[in-house]
Amino acid sequence: MTPSYRQILVDGVWVQNTGLVVLLGFCPLLAVTGTVITGLGLGLATLLTVVCTNLIVSLSRGLLRHEIRILVYVLIIATVVTAIQLVVEAWWYDLYLALGIFIPLIVTNCAITMRAETFASRHPPFAALLDGFATGLGFLLTLVLLGALRELAGHGTLLRDASLLFGAWGEGLQVTVLPGEQGFLLAILPPGAFISLGLLIAGRNWLAGRSSVQRTPDTHRDTAAEPSQERA
Amino acid sequence: MAVDPPENHASIWRPALTLALLAMLGTALLAGVAQWTQPRIAEQERRAMLAQLEALVPAGRHDNAMHDDSFSFLASDGLFAGQTITVYRARLGDQPAAVVLKLAAPDGYNGDIDLLVGIDASGTLTGVRVTSHRETPGLGGQIDSARSDWLLGFTGRSLRNPPPAGWRVRKDGGVFDQFTGATITPRAVVNAVRVAQELFTLRRDEWFAHPGDASGPDESEPHLSELGESDQAKPGAEKR
Repeated sequence: MTPSYRQILVDGVWVQNTGLVVLLGFCPLLAVTGTVITGLGLGLATLLTVVCTNLIVSLSRGLLRHEIRILVYVLIIATVVTAIQLVVEAWWYDLYLALGIFIPLIVTNCAITMRAETFASRHPPFAALLDGFATGLGFLLTLVLLGALRELAGHGTLLRDASLLFGAWGEGLQVTVLPGEQGFLLAILPPGAFISLGLLIAGRNWLAGRSSVQRTPDTHRDTAAEPSQERA
Repeated sequence: MAVDPPENHASIWRPALTLALLAMLGTALLAGVAQWTQPRIAEQERRAMLAQLEALVPAGRHDNAMHDDSFSFLASDGLFAGQTITVYRARLGDQPAAVVLKLAAPDGYNGDIDLLVGIDASGTLTGVRVTSHRETPGLGGQIDSARSDWLLGFTGRSLRNPPPAGWRVRKDGGVFDQFTGATITPRAVVNAVRVAQELFTLRRDEWFAHPGDASGPDESEPHLSELGESDQAKPGAEKR
């Protein structure tokens, strides 16, 4: 019943990528990806959240009555997110200011409830932990890629404001890729977020289509062993 | 995966109790985390404010702890009516060196634009910072000091340079640039900075003499309005 650990990782990062395939959690995905660093910051916070909630949900499976499980998931997620918010505020204050409302809003990222319900509540703790890690990593990578695309188009740089996340050490990290670039305004505005995300999804589909042509027998087996996608 | 069979109504109490217990557990955990992070968060807020103040009045120009040498008052009329304005004072020895005013331009394109305005004792601007705003990114959002140098154009200016009539954006006949596609935002900031300086000119001495408040804005209010009234009343009283 529990898929192999490798399968869990591939599922979370690629096959069922939250941002690009399952298409959940758009609110933060589109709102905070103006730069790589804010994307990475929210990605890390979300990763930590889904790892913690998956682990707790898996540990409490069997103890919870069916009718109240969703309420309990929400309670667990809200508690974990609030704790993470306080820690970010205490140690990464500038990042906290930059992410603003989107840290508390991690609670409303349905991808997290979905992993709790479809995976963590039915599998042993370590598998659930790994699934949380893979899901979070997939989401984080999407956020960072989207941030990179938009920052490159909008500012002509990468990793600007890295000090938000890494303190004084991060100040030298900014790479100016397109010097003298005035910036393509649309990329930083909300429409740019939608367009960039569309491009990313198209790119992923193209890659997925190409690899399935190349190794047909292999992917065939993979898709057959994927009941979780049906449930999602 | 075992789904529980339906049971009688009495069984509603058990899940309700479980939920209540879990909610209490969650609250207790969060109270612990809040207790643990609270001192650090307070320090971070203080440090962030201090860094902004230091950027406006460099350490060499004052030797007091500006963050603690402050008071707030409620503006009753004019552009800032209804706002609580905070005055941070910089002193070198016993001499007034500068003030930093924390106030908001109320008429931005999308609500308040929170500002810090640094004015030295002679009335010259030491700098203007935007601490938060909700202007359109890329248009009015260019007032962000991280994104453009526009705010730096205020440094070194005063009500003598340019004279008050010049404290407008170019489009309105003043000396300050507006942004391409955004006039309302710069207009609001220029206007707020001008009024802040006028306020400073009027109240300079009483601001530096103010005992400051350790416990919040309430204490200073009656004191200030008293002074303000007596200032205005004086000429009239002399005439009588």
